[in-house]
This record gives sequence, C-alpha cells and structure tokens, in this order.
Amino acid sequence: MELQPKQEGSTVVLSPAGRIDHTHADAFKQALDPHLADCRRDGAPLVIDFSDISYISSIGLRALMVAIKQVKAQGGRMVLAALQPLVLEVFTISRFDMLFEIFPDRAAAVAAVSAVGT
Amino acid sequence: MKARIWGARGSLPVALTHKQVRAKLVTALKGAVGRDLDTPQKIEHYIDNDLGFEVSGTYGGNSSCVEVEAWDTDAIHEHIILDFGSGARPLAGSKLARYGPGKPQTYHVFMSHLHWDHIMGFPFFTPAYIPGNRIIIYGCHKDLETAFRRQQEPISFPVAFHQLGATIEFVQMEPGVPLQVRDVTVTAKLQLHAGDSYGYRLEHGGKTLIYSTDSEHKLDNAAERVAFVDFFRDADLVIFDAMYSLADSISVKADWGHSSNVVGVELCQLAGVHKLCLFHHEPIYDDAQISRVLAETRRYAEITGEAPLEIVSAYDGMEIAL
Repeated sequence: MELQPKQEGSTVVLSPAGRIDHTHADAFKQALDPHLADCRRDGAPLVIDFSDISYISSIGLRALMVAIKQVKAQGGRMVLAALQPLVLEVFTISRFDMLFEIFPDRAAAVAAVSAVGT
Repeated sequence: MKARIWGARGSLPVALTHKQVRAKLVTALKGAVGRDLDTPQKIEHYIDNDLGFEVSGTYGGNSSCVEVEAWDTDAIHEHIILDFGSGARPLAGSKLARYGPGKPQTYHVFMSHLHWDHIMGFPFFTPAYIPGNRIIIYGCHKDLETAFRRQQEPISFPVAFHQLGATIEFVQMEPGVPLQVRDVTVTAKLQLHAGDSYGYRLEHGGKTLIYSTDSEHKLDNAAERVAFVDFFRDADLVIFDAMYSLADSISVKADWGHSSNVVGVELCQLAGVHKLCLFHHEPIYDDAQISRVLAETRRYAEITGEAPLEIVSAYDGMEIAL
C-alpha cells in the first residue's frame, strides 16, 4: 500500500487510501513499519491522514495498535486525522477512539504535533 | 431447535443494585408523564413498546448456561445443556416445575471448560439430588470429572459429590470428532482460553447452533480465523463471547481469553451465519451499557458492507428459535 509520505515541517504525514481490511491490512502494516523507527522523542511526529480510507476492520485496527505501542515506547507521537464518518464510527464502536488522538483534519493534527516543545 | 438462555453473564454472577432499579423506575415514570396511562393495557403497552429493554427489563446476572431444545420434550425426557454456570439453578427449577420429581429425566451437558463460573451451578442443580435422573457430562478436558467432584469437597460445599442421588456419568470427547445425542450431532472445537476451552457445533434437522464462549481470537492468526469461519459456516445461530470491546481485547485485556462484538460480526459474516447472539457479558456492564453495545454491533454489521447479519444480545430467559 502506498502511503505517500510528505514532510510538513518536522512532521511526516502519511496518506493511505482504500480499505484496511483482511485483504489489505498486511500491506498497510508493511508500508507503515518503516516510518515508525523515526517517530521517537526528538524525532519526527507522525500524522496518518485517513481522509481516503473508506473502511477499517479489526485487523487494520490491530496494525494501528501495534504501531502506537512501538511509538509510545520510543517516546514518539503518532496521531490520526480526517476520519470519514463511517471510519470514525468504527473507532467509536471498537473503543479505539479511546486509544488514539484523533483530529478533525490534517492541518489541525500537524499543528498539534508541531506545537509540542515550542 | 430452540436455544434458551439461562445465564448470559461472564466470569461472575451479578445482580441489579437498588440504585439501578431506582434509576429504571425514575426513567420509566418520567417517560410516562403526559401519556394518560389510565388503564392496565395502556401501561403494559407503554412498558413493552416505548421503553427500551434496558429500562423495562434486564439482561440478567447468572453465569453461562444455555439449554438447547431439539425434541418434543413432552414425549422425550432428555435435555441438552451447555455449561453449568449459575443459570443452571433456575433451569433446574423450571424442569422440576414442569415434570415434578417423579418423572426421571436425562440431561446431556456439554462443558466449554471447567472454570468456576461455568461449573458453579452444578451443586444447585436439583435434578442431581433426585434418584432416577441421569446426568451425562461431556467435555474435552481430561480433568472433567475431577473439577465437578472437587467443588463439592467439604471445604467448599456441604454435600459431597458421592451423596448425589442421580446417576452421573462423564463422557470424554475429542475435538473434531462428532458425537451423537439421539439425532443431534455435536462437534467440539478447541478455543484459545487459559486451560483451553471448547466451542460446540450442534446440528439437528437441517439447523445449526454454535456455542462459542470463553474464546479469544488472535487477529494476526489467519489460519485460526479460517478454522473458526469453517466451524461457524452457515450456522443459523452463533452464541458468541463478546465480553470486551475490540480495543480492550487486544490491548489491556489481551490474553485474558475473551473476544469482542466486532470480531463476532466479522467471523459470522465471513461464515454466512444467520444470527449472532452476544454472550458472556462483562459483569461490570449495566443494562444500558449492554444495550449500547448491541446497538453498536448492529451498526458495525451494516458498516462492514458484508452479508446481512441479525444480531441479538443474550438475556436470562431469552428464547431463540432456529
């Protein structure tokens, strides 16, 4: 899965697209993994822009869970932005909304992670 | 077939508190203001149609026990039970009320596993005390009999196992090897739970019921997912351990041996299941929380875009016809 990484200041923004379900979750995880190493204290914060994600299933949520555990252990910060209403519902139903910082749009997410430490 | 839920709660029996009962009354009476409920019929209509089940009823608090009715029980005095949680006590009362102590009955009891919440009803299962009754306990655990005898040792219970009047037998099952109880075929499947647990697939007259409780699903284990989809395949009803949220089940409560509503929906839709019954409710959930989970689960089944799936949430006393 192509995540189209873009540097916005010190922040890396990833933009996956499509469905993160049983068919695509492995590809999403493999694409995400290389970006996690630099997401550490004094490293590059990560924003995942979900605006082009139409659905995420349990195994996709698990991939996010594994990622956030790694990032937190490294002292980094990874946040989510611009969830479509149906995807946001999945986060609420699964209680993943309690585990992630979720921002209404990409700009708000980048601003929030960039503001830390300034 | 018909499933009758006698105990829907997970881990530990619970009861409504006085504050919870009062809160239901306050909600119901507030909602009645201005409705002119001046006849018993209007009152009952209001309770049955305008109040949510979380206000007008309760999901109940007995631990796991499900009765499966496959035969004309007026003619055939044999019964199928899944697990001996505290729900076995009211089940026993209902059988005695219907048949009386003078008509011997045979009970076929399939055990998911031997943790306390699944065996604790047995010492209060009154048919066990009545000579002439026959109780056949089936399971895949090697220490099946030991678990039942041990909980009636003097340190835990005043009546020893050997003092029980009924004929009690234990039948060792093997996962994947079908067993016949009259014309019901029962097949066990190993599940992930501390000390192992087993799900059961019951087939009778073209209908299939799955009982799958105390079962954790590791999302990264594709082979196990396929195995469970095969086990659930085309079932009319799956009674499923939906104790935790997905987030809890794979984070703070990972390896606690339970699953979630979200995984239940996904497995059932992959397997072409007709109806999912959420089961083994978290003991700290009140009725409102369980109703919320039910509504969210129905919504999730819509969001996935997969095959339609009917979803209910188990409550003590619920009957589901297949």
